[in-house]
Amino acid sequence: MKLNKNVNQKNSIFKNWLVILVAILFIILPFIINAYWVDVLFFFGVYALLGLSLNIVLGEVGLFDLGHMGFMAIGAYTTAILNTTFGIPIIILLPVSAISAGAFAWLVCSPIIHLRGDYLCIVTIGMGEIVRLTLNNNPFGITGGSNGVYGIDFPSFGSIFVVDNSTKFYYYIWLIVGLTIIGLVNLQRSRIGRAWNCIREDEIAAESTGIDVRYYKLLAFVLGAGLAGVAGNIYASKLMIVSPESFSFMESCMLFCIVLIGGMGSIPGVLIGAAAISLFPEVFRAFAQYRMLIFGVAMVIMMIFRPGGIWPRKRGAFEFKPLLMKAGEENG
Amino acid sequence: MAKENNNMETIIRTKQENEGKNKINKVVLQTDKLTKKFGGLIAVNNFDLKVSQGEISSLIGPNGAGKTTVFNVVTGIYKADGGKVLFKGEDLAGKKPHQIIKKGIARTFQNIRLFSNMTCLENVMAGQHCRSKEGTWSSVLQTPGQKKEELEIKKNAENRLKQVGLWKWRDELAKNIAYGNQRMLEIGRALATNPDLLVLDEPSSGLNDKESEDLMDFLKEIIKDNLTILLIEHDMNVVMGISHWVTVMDEGKKIAEGLPEEVYSNPQVIEAYLGKDEEEEE
Repeated sequence: MKLNKNVNQKNSIFKNWLVILVAILFIILPFIINAYWVDVLFFFGVYALLGLSLNIVLGEVGLFDLGHMGFMAIGAYTTAILNTTFGIPIIILLPVSAISAGAFAWLVCSPIIHLRGDYLCIVTIGMGEIVRLTLNNNPFGITGGSNGVYGIDFPSFGSIFVVDNSTKFYYYIWLIVGLTIIGLVNLQRSRIGRAWNCIREDEIAAESTGIDVRYYKLLAFVLGAGLAGVAGNIYASKLMIVSPESFSFMESCMLFCIVLIGGMGSIPGVLIGAAAISLFPEVFRAFAQYRMLIFGVAMVIMMIFRPGGIWPRKRGAFEFKPLLMKAGEENG
Repeated sequence: MAKENNNMETIIRTKQENEGKNKINKVVLQTDKLTKKFGGLIAVNNFDLKVSQGEISSLIGPNGAGKTTVFNVVTGIYKADGGKVLFKGEDLAGKKPHQIIKKGIARTFQNIRLFSNMTCLENVMAGQHCRSKEGTWSSVLQTPGQKKEELEIKKNAENRLKQVGLWKWRDELAKNIAYGNQRMLEIGRALATNPDLLVLDEPSSGLNDKESEDLMDFLKEIIKDNLTILLIEHDMNVVMGISHWVTVMDEGKKIAEGLPEEVYSNPQVIEAYLGKDEEEEE
């Protein structure tokens, strides 16, 4: 028991150091690398945020959502339209986008939430496509059709601090990703996270254990969509333009891959998955024509040798350590 | 036929009252003319069941008699087509399973349904879900109230896990522990919801004799804790060993009820289980 404890302690010390090291690396990186790579890392951040948002729905609850880009589109267009027509500051629109995307998710998912597995998958594909096509068709002349909406402001905190270059955007997105990770880790370790996992494991047993399956599924969709809305807001303010083709079905598939590659329900896994999806094409730019081929082969090999993802979530002692180690010792 | 049944029941009841074996307890769960149809098939037909406080009641019958269907209607997984389910005098019609759990009926499944990729402790903690209330934002922000409740959940889960004797497996994934232990874990999870009535669907199936005996002792132990148990069982040893009251059903109908010994020797029950003696038929 004592030995075990020591090992655990060493593990957690090592883990803490790893986290601190990675954090320091992220902070000093922009001073080392050139602006192009800072931008690449910014998009890595956007994908990480989107991956984390889809991870709630797909990873934690096991709901197949292949229309997740639709939620991001709602967030991005909310930001774009409200900013360009009414001049509302981007930073205020950040929560507004989250709420509008969440509300949209609640509205469209309420009637379909009881669907299982592949049936839900098909409906969400349809939903994502409907969002994209609607934006493309320029309803009431507010979405600008296939040209999209352009001339979106940079995020600014009053007039003192404006996020206006690559480096600032880099810090901005990773700050939000960092906060999101903290929040999601807390959620994972709460009764909400457990309820989600129970639903993923066995829906009927979850319902019979006293978990309101419908409510928690909807909650996952709303939270996931809200986070995707946040990502949409940042994306829109970075590019200063939003157009429907950014939110294609292919992008939703990429998000799906991020969660599957990384490991369902695993936050570090999602970060690795996002890195793979966003950095891979940049690193292999020289082999541009073989990119998809390599990517496909890599996916197949991964699914054969690590079906649980690169970094699957490990459940067990470390999550409950402080209280239970003590109790365990008393009982031998 | 029905009249005969009634007569027999009254005989049994009076006999039992005379003997004073069974003090008349408060009825916790009652089904009143419960009916459930699947298409043209009537799985449960005007079924009356009474479960008294603090007792172990068993529901037995041949395969396909509709026992599990009764359980599923009582726990809200199926909707009844007719009749009522009363729990502590309250009609459970239209209630969803998670609401029924909150009222105090917990169940286990015939084919074990655990959260297999979660640890044993997490499985039992999940049982505490309906007795806790902290929401999304307090969980994200880890407010003091949420931390306190989480600690409370862990403590209760710890106690329940020790009660079913699986404390040493707490960090093991539920799918990795032995079959008998999985059964106990499922019971532990049901107990973690702090139920008044525990509904067990064939708890001894797949267990060896030793494990069945341990299970019987365990059930006898836990009803002392102001708990009532309703049990579906095939293993006659278990039924006769621990039941205070036995109800027999066949083809969706109640064919007998009474004390275990009485039911055991009831010709109708024997007939339902073993088939009619052909000579007698002629």
